Amino acid sequence: MMMKYESQAVAKPYFIAAIALFVGQVLFGLILATQYVVGDFLFPEIPFNVARMVHTNLLIVWLLFGFMGASYFLVPEESERELYSPKLAMILFWTFLTAGVLTILGYLLVPYAGLAAMTGNDIWPTMGREFLEQPTITKIGIVIVVLGFIFNIGMTVLTGRKTVISVVLLTGLVGLALFFLFAFYNPVNLVLDKFFWWWVIHLWVEGVWELIMGAILAFVLIKVTGVDREVIEKWLYVIIAMALITGVIGTGHHYFYIGTPEYWLWLGSIFSALEPIPFFMMALFAFNMVSRRRRDHPNKAAVLWALGTAVLAFLGAGVWGFMHTLAPVNYYTHGSQITSAHGHLAFFGAYALIVITIISYAMPIIRGQVAAPEITQRFEKWSFWLMASGMVTITLALTGAGVLQVWLQRMAEEPMSFMATQESIAFFYWLRLAAGFVFTIGLLVYVASFFVGQKESRSTTVSE
Amino acid sequence: MSERFTKSMARNIFLGGGVFSLLLFFSLSYHTLGVLPERDNRHNITAEVALGKKVWEDNNCVGCHTILGEGAYFAPELGNVYTRFGNSTEAIIGFIESRPAEGVPGRRSMPQFNLTREELVGMAEFLKWTSEIDTNDWPPNIEG
Repeated sequence: MMMKYESQAVAKPYFIAAIALFVGQVLFGLILATQYVVGDFLFPEIPFNVARMVHTNLLIVWLLFGFMGASYFLVPEESERELYSPKLAMILFWTFLTAGVLTILGYLLVPYAGLAAMTGNDIWPTMGREFLEQPTITKIGIVIVVLGFIFNIGMTVLTGRKTVISVVLLTGLVGLALFFLFAFYNPVNLVLDKFFWWWVIHLWVEGVWELIMGAILAFVLIKVTGVDREVIEKWLYVIIAMALITGVIGTGHHYFYIGTPEYWLWLGSIFSALEPIPFFMMALFAFNMVSRRRRDHPNKAAVLWALGTAVLAFLGAGVWGFMHTLAPVNYYTHGSQITSAHGHLAFFGAYALIVITIISYAMPIIRGQVAAPEITQRFEKWSFWLMASGMVTITLALTGAGVLQVWLQRMAEEPMSFMATQESIAFFYWLRLAAGFVFTIGLLVYVASFFVGQKESRSTTVSE
Repeated sequence: MSERFTKSMARNIFLGGGVFSLLLFFSLSYHTLGVLPERDNRHNITAEVALGKKVWEDNNCVGCHTILGEGAYFAPELGNVYTRFGNSTEAIIGFIESRPAEGVPGRRSMPQFNLTREELVGMAEFLKWTSEIDTNDWPPNIEG
């Protein structure tokens, strides 16, 4: 099978970059996990804060590459026309990749304070805040790239066939761009700084990103199950409605203990307690559509990734989020390893997996196949189970660490200091490191899946 | 989903629910911004505190520490470090100044940032100011 529109192929470099940066992210994850148990590992060459910044920033950048690739692949097909400008898409690709790589090299090669000085952080200070560590100039670059990208996608959507999927996707992307602008607001007052910092972080991952994720999932499900578009689009609307209704006021679960008024304890608890609903519906949706499928799509791996996304997103974002979202619970768990446990499974389940899902569906088509060869799919399935079990174990280990940490440091009659607590829960950090290696093996199997079986398929696929 | 529940009903729930939620959120935020001055002790933000926040950011302190529970979980909470260190800015300064450049074998150690006296004072004042924010009694105890 060929692509329906030639310009869909611009998705390919985006997907390759996403996977390459994902590998980088995971390698730095291993460094961090090692530093948790061997405190002076790579010190002072790569201190923890630098490795963590690389780990989280690579995550954001590769997911953005993934979202962009997904959009370039699915929007022409939904709009039934070629991409507005494939050339712009390629220019933006190289711009974004260069900016991303330079920023990461800056983190690694220059002390952070030096990078801040070099890039003029005194003129417009935006650096040094969690996940928003990028130099201000990089942030401006991100805005330019995202605006160019939205223009390209927007022109394609608006001048072509408008579907629920493409309009929801576009809405999510516009929201992503709008809320990122709060990254440029950094008041001296820490409370205000934190208040609006969440407008980027929370309204991204528990708001507009869910629209993007829902749209991509809906697209893949239409393709692999053949279920009527009307049915799928109805589900999509209800899911994203619930995401916004629960998630927007749900921002309040970050306004418990940072200086904001007491009423957020109630609002944040009640609304964010409902945040699992859209994720639960997403899981119902995926399994329902697959069981009602009208065709047996030969890309079984893509179906597995899609179902895996729905299940692990529900567990990570839904269940693990709910676990510590009520204010009286969060009073004890706020800023502990529980947060880290939730963050890992939620990001992997919801966002890493949705990107891999669309790659798994799209990449064979871009390569001129209906589905990847049998051997490739077998690699993908192995990789799914290795990564999923690795990440679930990481999450359980961090949850164990978190429960003990909360108990020893915050609830015991004679509370222990932070550092003493860390030493007494080291077992769980070792377990996390071991699970990290399992995850890494899964990721390497995933990378290998792109290189196996291509020779045989080339000789048997006539459509190429 | 049942046939009687149409796609346009679903779309209306999305549009209505989404817009209503955002408007409610913006209104609540507006109210919060109005009452924050009573809680965030902003009248105590001096030039030193402002410099301290800049030093905090320029050295990516949040890459290891939490402050009011947000950040990385590798090093102690610093929102209440001023009280934990016996209400002493000098104790904070002394701690930061005395970090060994090569670390401590086998253990986590804070890097030596070679801050100037002015920056150290700013940092300590920033952390003192942070400890005086009304955080609904968080953290639960002095250990953070």
